[in-house]
Amino acid sequence: MADAIRIEDLKKSFRLGFIPKTKEILKGISLAVKEGEIFGYLGPNGAGKTTTIKCLLGLIFPDAGTIEIFGQPHLSTRARQNLGFLPENPYFYDYLTACEFLEFYADLFGLGRSERDARISRLLKLVGLERATSLQLRKFSRGMLQRIGLAQALVNDPKLVILDEPLGGLDPLGRKEIRDIIIRFKQEGKTVFFTSHILQDIEMICDHVAIIVGGRVVKQGALQELVSEKVLFTEITVSGVPLEALRGLGESVSVQGERVLLKILEEGRVDDILALVREKRGKVVSLSPRTETLEDIFVGTVAGA
Amino acid sequence: MKIGAIAGITFKEAKRDRILYLLFFFAAVGIIASRILAILTVGDRVKIIKDVGLASISIFGVLMAVLIGTSLVYKEIDKKTIFTLLSKPLHRAQFILGKFLGLVLTLFVMTVGMSLIFLVLVYLHTFRVEWTMLVAIAYIFLELVLITAVAILFSSFSTPILSSIFSLAFYLIGHLSWGLELLIKKMKAGTGRVVAQFLYVFLPDLENFNFKTEVVHNLPIPAGIFLYSLLYGLFYTAFILALAILIFRRRDFI
Repeated sequence: MADAIRIEDLKKSFRLGFIPKTKEILKGISLAVKEGEIFGYLGPNGAGKTTTIKCLLGLIFPDAGTIEIFGQPHLSTRARQNLGFLPENPYFYDYLTACEFLEFYADLFGLGRSERDARISRLLKLVGLERATSLQLRKFSRGMLQRIGLAQALVNDPKLVILDEPLGGLDPLGRKEIRDIIIRFKQEGKTVFFTSHILQDIEMICDHVAIIVGGRVVKQGALQELVSEKVLFTEITVSGVPLEALRGLGESVSVQGERVLLKILEEGRVDDILALVREKRGKVVSLSPRTETLEDIFVGTVAGA
Repeated sequence: MKIGAIAGITFKEAKRDRILYLLFFFAAVGIIASRILAILTVGDRVKIIKDVGLASISIFGVLMAVLIGTSLVYKEIDKKTIFTLLSKPLHRAQFILGKFLGLVLTLFVMTVGMSLIFLVLVYLHTFRVEWTMLVAIAYIFLELVLITAVAILFSSFSTPILSSIFSLAFYLIGHLSWGLELLIKKMKAGTGRVVAQFLYVFLPDLENFNFKTEVVHNLPIPAGIFLYSLLYGLFYTAFILALAILIFRRRDFI
């Protein structure tokens, strides 16, 4: 089975400025996205994430390298037929209603009228905009625009969905809704390739991630392989135990009335504290081991690159 | 089908542009004002109405083509709507042709509107409408089609202000280039004449579409010239569109 996306040694530079100066944006990106997985593409601002996506979509032409979508050259019509795309901060024709807007995009795929209408009503329901069908896009909120953007990306029922910062600028509820839709894509067998700054979201839903810094992929792999189960430290909140007794067992972070929050770096010390609490007839309010997160890896990778 | 979808959306967008209605209003004022000019003129009043009316249709039509045409493609790039469009199975040539046809449709509706005002005014004075007037309007429209292609060509790589200046320059050069023909006849053989001949071949000659004088003064028009002007307009438009597609196909959308 061919990979959904295969990028090999992708290079792109731009000549910018009044006195043109060449700036190398992509310095040899290679990555593969397997069919049916959710792939997170991370990187700091200016790392080349959007440039990679634009190369993938044929909006800009790479200087070197090859891109294949389901084994087809990325510029071929057959490759495009299987592709859906939602840009960052989407702007659409704001004088159209949600329904007219989706009809226009469906016409670009040459769908028949009955098929088109059925698909549009299904999509509007999927993204929760069935009540806004005759509302002009200019009256849409940021979250609604993001959702109608997702609907246009799905109008051709694509096998591969590319999303550029789909969670940016949304409130927590909006983020959850989009996240749920992305998870539903996976259940339907679609492949999702997306970029995001919100690392918790990526950690929650991605199977594979690639971290790009300065135009190069510096780390990639399955999320479980990258994020180890190793406990970095444990946070314990106890009450009813004098502060003096706890001294030396852990690093005191904050004291609020009777409650003391401790950060314990050595795992063995946790049992000592629990024994002490029992002995002093105190209470454990909370105990949370902090394992390594994607954020730790991201910060470590970017700082080290 | 895809070109039709782009043309449809372009028409919808263009007809929302207030500039279009402002120019239409001024064109209507121009046509109707010809009646006042006619009163002030000694001689055939209808000639003045025809002359000023046709000139108004031509000038305001060109302004519509330039001002809307130069911003259409640029707006798509500037507002990034083009990102979602070109990620679909849509060739860049289809995008350009769709934009072109959408604007041609807009100008067709506007030309019909302006012409109706003009023809009603003439009919009220003469109680008849000559077919030659319709021919003159048809060739004005053909000129607008060519100007639209030029506006889209410039708009595919430049900003609206620059594109407008370039397109209007094209229009002016096109209506003055016949002077080169005169110059060539009067020049002695030599490098200067070769340069003038070269320029005359490559620069547009928009006077090919100008039948105003013949219509106003009821002069005979040789039949062959219609076909020549028609073919000239169609081939020149096709050439300009091909050039626009060639430039647009190689463009990076940063």
